[in-house]
Amino acid sequence: MILVWLILIPFLGGLLCWQADRWGEQAPRWIALATMLFVLVISLWLWATGDFALPQGAQNQWLLEWRTPWIPRFGVEVHLAIDGLSLILVALTGFLGALAVLCSWREITHRIGFFHLNLLWILGGVVGVFLALDLFLFFLFWEMMLVPMYFLIALWGHSGSPGHTRIRAATRFFIYTQASGLLMLVAILSLVFIHFGNSGEWTFSYDALRQADVPEAMAPWLMLGFFVAFAVKLPVVPFHGWLPDAHAQAPTAGSVDLAGILLKTAAYGMLRFGLPLFPEESRAFAPVAMMLGLIGIIYGAVLACGQQDIKRLIAYTSISHMGFVLIAIYSGSELAIQGAVVLMVAHAFSSAGLFILSGQLYERIHTRDMSTMGGLWGRIPVLPGFTLCFVAASLGMPATANFVGEFMILFGTFPTAPVVVVIASAGLVLAAIYSLILMQRVHFGPVYRQGALAGPDWREYIMMLSLLALVILVGLYPQPLLDITAGLSASIAELFAEGSLGVVAGEVR
Amino acid sequence: MLTTAHLVTVLPLIIVASTAVIVMLGVAWQRNHAVTALVAAAGLVIGLLTLPLTLPAASSPPLMQVDGLAVMAGTLVLVSALVTVILSHHYLTGYIGPKEEFYLLLLCATAGALALVASDHLAMLFISLELLSMPLYGMLAYSFRAERSLEAGIKYLLLSAAATAFLLFGMALIYTRTGYLDLAAVTGALVQAPDAWMLAGAALIVVGLGFKLSVVPFHLWTPDVYQGGPAPATIFLATVSKLAVFVVLLRLVLAAPFFSSEWLQTLITVLALLTMLGGNLLALFQANLKRLLGYSSIAHFGYLLVAIVAGNALATETTGVYLITYLVTTLAAFGVVTLVSSPFGGEDADGLPVYRGLFWRRPYLAAVMTVSFLSLAGIPLTAGFIGKFYVIALGVADGRWWLVGGVVAGSAIGLYYYLRVMVTLYLPEPGMRRRDVTNDWGSRIGGLTMMALAAAILVLGVYPAPMIDWVQGLSGLTN
Repeated sequence: MILVWLILIPFLGGLLCWQADRWGEQAPRWIALATMLFVLVISLWLWATGDFALPQGAQNQWLLEWRTPWIPRFGVEVHLAIDGLSLILVALTGFLGALAVLCSWREITHRIGFFHLNLLWILGGVVGVFLALDLFLFFLFWEMMLVPMYFLIALWGHSGSPGHTRIRAATRFFIYTQASGLLMLVAILSLVFIHFGNSGEWTFSYDALRQADVPEAMAPWLMLGFFVAFAVKLPVVPFHGWLPDAHAQAPTAGSVDLAGILLKTAAYGMLRFGLPLFPEESRAFAPVAMMLGLIGIIYGAVLACGQQDIKRLIAYTSISHMGFVLIAIYSGSELAIQGAVVLMVAHAFSSAGLFILSGQLYERIHTRDMSTMGGLWGRIPVLPGFTLCFVAASLGMPATANFVGEFMILFGTFPTAPVVVVIASAGLVLAAIYSLILMQRVHFGPVYRQGALAGPDWREYIMMLSLLALVILVGLYPQPLLDITAGLSASIAELFAEGSLGVVAGEVR
Repeated sequence: MLTTAHLVTVLPLIIVASTAVIVMLGVAWQRNHAVTALVAAAGLVIGLLTLPLTLPAASSPPLMQVDGLAVMAGTLVLVSALVTVILSHHYLTGYIGPKEEFYLLLLCATAGALALVASDHLAMLFISLELLSMPLYGMLAYSFRAERSLEAGIKYLLLSAAATAFLLFGMALIYTRTGYLDLAAVTGALVQAPDAWMLAGAALIVVGLGFKLSVVPFHLWTPDVYQGGPAPATIFLATVSKLAVFVVLLRLVLAAPFFSSEWLQTLITVLALLTMLGGNLLALFQANLKRLLGYSSIAHFGYLLVAIVAGNALATETTGVYLITYLVTTLAAFGVVTLVSSPFGGEDADGLPVYRGLFWRRPYLAAVMTVSFLSLAGIPLTAGFIGKFYVIALGVADGRWWLVGGVVAGSAIGLYYYLRVMVTLYLPEPGMRRRDVTNDWGSRIGGLTMMALAAAILVLGVYPAPMIDWVQGLSGLTN
């Protein structure tokens, strides 16, 4: 039942925030903050009390499970379950959710209650995605979280230059993700009907559909249906068109959620559904996926170097980082998959940090255009120092969490795909370049305008220090993360191993 | 022979028809708007209550087939008509001129729709279709002092007459080949493969009905008529009329195998694809809400044509579920337009600027509208998603990949304009608004109906199991 509450709390909190508007300006903020901290505390408590020993054989892999029939006609169930990976991501959602509330404390000044309603509903939908195990339910949450995100961008976003309006960006985001989601729905339904044809049983259950015997001609198409949906959200390069605009026009809280959590739902979807449902097809597809990952790394990094808008720059770096995650997921190596999880967490921290910082800059100098910045190091106390830390994290400096993740990914992938690793490593050099460009243009260089600006207040200190502490903590001691996800990564690596054994045997014969 | 059992099976039809007579007599005796509306509503409610009595029908009266499909469609017809009556009362309050005749027309059309969904004979089909259409001309041109309303009525009259001609010609062709007009006999007479004349006849019937459903090459009247007609008449046209015609088309396909011949299926597939994409594309840059909803309803019936192509048991269920979700959604969307346009004051409030920032003036009404547009777009947790889910499931189950692709592409295009309207509701800038809802809209019955519809959209989306059971039960009783 605790899983249901994890989902319901943000939704109820959101409604409360909406109504709390009439009790004053601060009420919705505090309620939203309390709600997200509540989610965080519950997930941390689960983490502390849970037993994450490797699952033994047929033993249940879930830490907690909850199921009840929902639409008996099609065998749809409300089936929630949590394991190590979900737990990490739920905790991350709680933490970044609280940060998103905090960072909009000053930024959002009108229609506060409705803003927090949307914010919390996004987070509720995301938690739902991480917990749902019934494919219908998963799809439902997957699509549902888009609506409040749309409103967040469209109503509270920044108006950009002509042709880059916030409504346009929001619509683009929505159509990309919704259309690809429908492809996934078609794939899910095909899978269900195939399973129905074979067994005469209606079900959307994860475990049952994993056993579905998909005809060989169909399987690659179904796998692609899932892959495209996840690829749009991750984003993988040909499907990334929505991301820079959405990030640039979104309010800070929206960017934090988008980069920190929403992109992770895609990687989660691949790990939880994409690969286990279609192991053989995924293995066959792995070279293409890795290629796309490589293109993403290079493309994202190169385009990041050429951006004028600070939020667009960070958005493009996200594309680059997610390229690493994609490579790791399809490498089939346990080490690399664990690295992907670490990198997901690390990227959530570092990109959230950078987005929050750019939001704080915007509050002070009212621009995101880097050509009108420069020399801020001397004008703002403390914040540039924090920026340097997060930029260092983003480029994968040792002792930060990002380093651990990228190192594990590259190290783990090397045995299976050395060429990919070699090229991907070049992406690290590009990462250094765009990071330094960001630092140089914003904080160093010629002073664009004179006058001291306000330093961070207690709220900003708390956000920055907590993020920074986590980045360094995970960087120095990632073992808890690795322990908790060991079971999952091992089982996914196993899927690939079984497949590759088959090929080897085939070649011998 | 007509027996008592037969009379029971057509009881709802008798009740609605006699209500129409009562309303007519009442109008002749003394005009009273409120009482007339009340009588009409009461008649519809009683008709609704007697519907369950008709099943299980041991035998149907001649020319009719009272089965699960008919009862299901009848229920939907009566509910939609009831909502229309409620909204009409709200709307007509400010109308200068006779108000009561509107209900008379509405009841006659409802009776036509009830007969149409149960018709089992081509003659019956034709008569009831005309009974449904004739009053609609009057309803559409009801506020005849407004130029657009008159134009809408006349346009619908002319094109409807053309469609009727197609329909009759198709029936004539089938009659010449078989010598029968009732569906069972037509089917029975055709043990051998249908020849070109039969197919032509079937195709002409599809075209005739396609006019009423505004399937794409025959859709040209739709936006003008939707825009011009008074809002309640538009609601009736978009819900009851379309629903009844669609059900009868489904009945034809289910009953007569030559409707599911390869050639005709290809034809309908092409029409369906054109309708889905055409409806959505034409709606893209529409700034008039009633026209936009008109195009949107074209697209929705394009999706639903998948059921006609598939033409199997699941198709009946899909039709039922989709029609329910479509009705609830469309009633809510048009209902908001009606409320904003009420009481009647010249042209309806259908320009998008009127709705700009509605949320900050009328949060609950805007929430109703948002929910209905989310449902039209097929977003999960709303009724529309369940409908779309069924259509895609049907397409996948039947292996109609082109149609599935069309539904996906159509939905993606559709999002653009649904989102555009939705976000307009929340934009704060003061628009050039000419009208607004009355302050007490929420406590009026029309407002309460809107809230109930919005709640229904959400409940059906969150917990659709009872609806599915009901539809499944009734479609099991379909012959």
